[in-house]
Amino acid sequence: MRTFRLTLAACAVALAAPALTAKPVDQVRVGFSTSISGPFAALGAEARDGFNLGIKQLGGKLGGIPVEVFATDEAGNPDTGRQHAERYIKRDRVHFYTGPIGSNVALAVGPALFAAQVFYLSNNAGPSQLAGSQCNRFFFGTAWQNDAYHEAAGKFAAERGFKRVAVLAPNYPAGQDAINGFKRGFGKPVIAETFTKLGQLDYAAELANVRADAPDALYIFLPGGMGINFIKQFVGAGLSKSTQIVGPGFSADEDVIRAVGEPMLGLFNTAHWNHDFANPASQAFVQAFTKEYGRLPSIYAAQAYDVVMMMDAAVRDTKGELDDKDAVRAALKKASFKSVRGDFRFGPNQFPIQDYYLRTIGKDAQGRITNRTMNKVLTAHQDTYAGQCPMK
Amino acid sequence: MTSTLVFEQLLNGLQFGLMLFLIAAGLTLVFGIMDVLNLAHGSLYMVGAYLAATLVAATGSFLAGVVLAVLATGIIGILLEVLLVRRLYKRDHLSQVLATFAVILIADDLVRIIWGPAPIMLAAPAALAGPVELLPGFFYPAYRLLIIAVGLALAIGLYLLVARTRTGMLVRAGSSDREMAAIMGVRVDRLFAVIFVLGAMLAAVAGALLGPLLAVEVGMGENVLILALVVIVIGGIGSIRGAFVGAVLVGVVDTAGRAFLPGLLGTFLNTAAAAQLGPALAAIAIYVVMAAVLFFRPQGLFPARA
Repeated sequence: MRTFRLTLAACAVALAAPALTAKPVDQVRVGFSTSISGPFAALGAEARDGFNLGIKQLGGKLGGIPVEVFATDEAGNPDTGRQHAERYIKRDRVHFYTGPIGSNVALAVGPALFAAQVFYLSNNAGPSQLAGSQCNRFFFGTAWQNDAYHEAAGKFAAERGFKRVAVLAPNYPAGQDAINGFKRGFGKPVIAETFTKLGQLDYAAELANVRADAPDALYIFLPGGMGINFIKQFVGAGLSKSTQIVGPGFSADEDVIRAVGEPMLGLFNTAHWNHDFANPASQAFVQAFTKEYGRLPSIYAAQAYDVVMMMDAAVRDTKGELDDKDAVRAALKKASFKSVRGDFRFGPNQFPIQDYYLRTIGKDAQGRITNRTMNKVLTAHQDTYAGQCPMK
Repeated sequence: MTSTLVFEQLLNGLQFGLMLFLIAAGLTLVFGIMDVLNLAHGSLYMVGAYLAATLVAATGSFLAGVVLAVLATGIIGILLEVLLVRRLYKRDHLSQVLATFAVILIADDLVRIIWGPAPIMLAAPAALAGPVELLPGFFYPAYRLLIIAVGLALAIGLYLLVARTRTGMLVRAGSSDREMAAIMGVRVDRLFAVIFVLGAMLAAVAGALLGPLLAVEVGMGENVLILALVVIVIGGIGSIRGAFVGAVLVGVVDTAGRAFLPGLLGTFLNTAAAAQLGPALAAIAIYVVMAAVLFFRPQGLFPARA
């Protein structure tokens, strides 16, 4: 009986201990769910390279504590992503989770991670649900909310004085969000709204209609191969003389430029970062990335690199006491690290309040076809869903 | 809606159909004559596009690059036939689907290892990069005209090959009754190898020619494979003529659906409903055609076997 009571007491102490005094962890464990195969393979590979560069630069440590990265490939599949997240939680007992490119994966893995009190720093996906009514203390949209690029593009199109504007996107949730985001930023009616089949190959029919409508500008949200198909065919149809293409940064990043080449010249797009940013953190990152991989980094690489730096700062600020979840959250929310995008802060829904820029594609001094930053379009922009988030 | 727009959309439909024909022709021959459902046909199309992109860049000539890519894909076709497909002739369709599906997965990952996960560039030759004026005020992309020309030339060539030559006679014999042809002394194994390689090279032509219009990326073969299967189901399995008619039908129906359905619905529905319904209906139009063909003519429009 006495032994039993002792055991019970010991158990009680053991259970109470973490809450009373959090001790520094001797190892930071990070679950990195990459998307290096499947529909987002090219984007996932960029993110992986940016992430690995960050870890390498920090000497395999976060906040001075050795880090173990558990990396798996969820292939852009929500079910696979959820299984991997369970494994990170139960077997690997990770402190941080990051990696998925697709919003569908982000939404699928969220509930399990939040229930297990694992911080999910989303390097790419920023679905409206997680910014609004389903916002969570354990979710940080470190890059942007999904609509922001489209809103910035809409504002640019209005400011530029485009009168007749047509929009085109695939017929699926992100496509509809993109069109709504653009129209919200544009603020005026558009002349034609076209929804195409997801994964469509040939855009001849849509291009003939564009020729007939003759808009000043055409806003396209066509991720991955669809955008490559469309832009090649658009230029081949000779429409680039009369109609200006505008897109979000995703449709015109370094990966797309490498696949399309010359026809991309002159395209306008919006983003929160570009490799020509002048701040020291960005310059150092671009230089290191170019040296390591022999190509210019895309936004996806920069976003994953930022997540590493954000974790590093949070571990340092909490002195490695990662079991004190409130302290970790407070540290993350300060965004005290040097982001490659420059200064920004998190709103109450833990999504960034930051600037968005106009970029155009041209040739740089070395003759490479690449993005050039033009001007700021949105200043300290907060997403439209923040008001629906109950967190303060 | 002007008549030039309708004409342009018909031309677009024809061009899309001819591109599908190049892929479906090989698939229908292999399926109809050898009775092998070769899902890896799309992978040959992908490999053709990747090789063309690499070889066009290496040789600096679009024509040389495409020709070399088609020949190289033919060699890959021989290897695939000898090493794998030959062993599948006597097996049931399930084994064939399993084995050729495995080839898709292996091919995708091999391409990813060799060329990386990001799509690669294959530009149209500079002379054909822009539009040409067909009629006063009517512009059409020059490169699409090239695809129409090549597609028609290959269709005529295939027709002559099948209808007028000795090889074609053997193909037709094998297509209508394989066992009887073998009993009559046709070297069926050699015939099969020739057909398989021909199909691989046609797929490579399609991949190489479409590279400047479409993204050259991992998984590009799977997207067209589904459309090619629709084409051969509509046209009748094993029939070149069926593949041609089916491909042009699918091309025109799909293009017309996307171009005109949303507008047409707008005339008798309110705009919001039309915007919702139009793209959805256009996306399923070709499958509706396929279902109708299956219902009224389960053998397809031009069945090879009587």
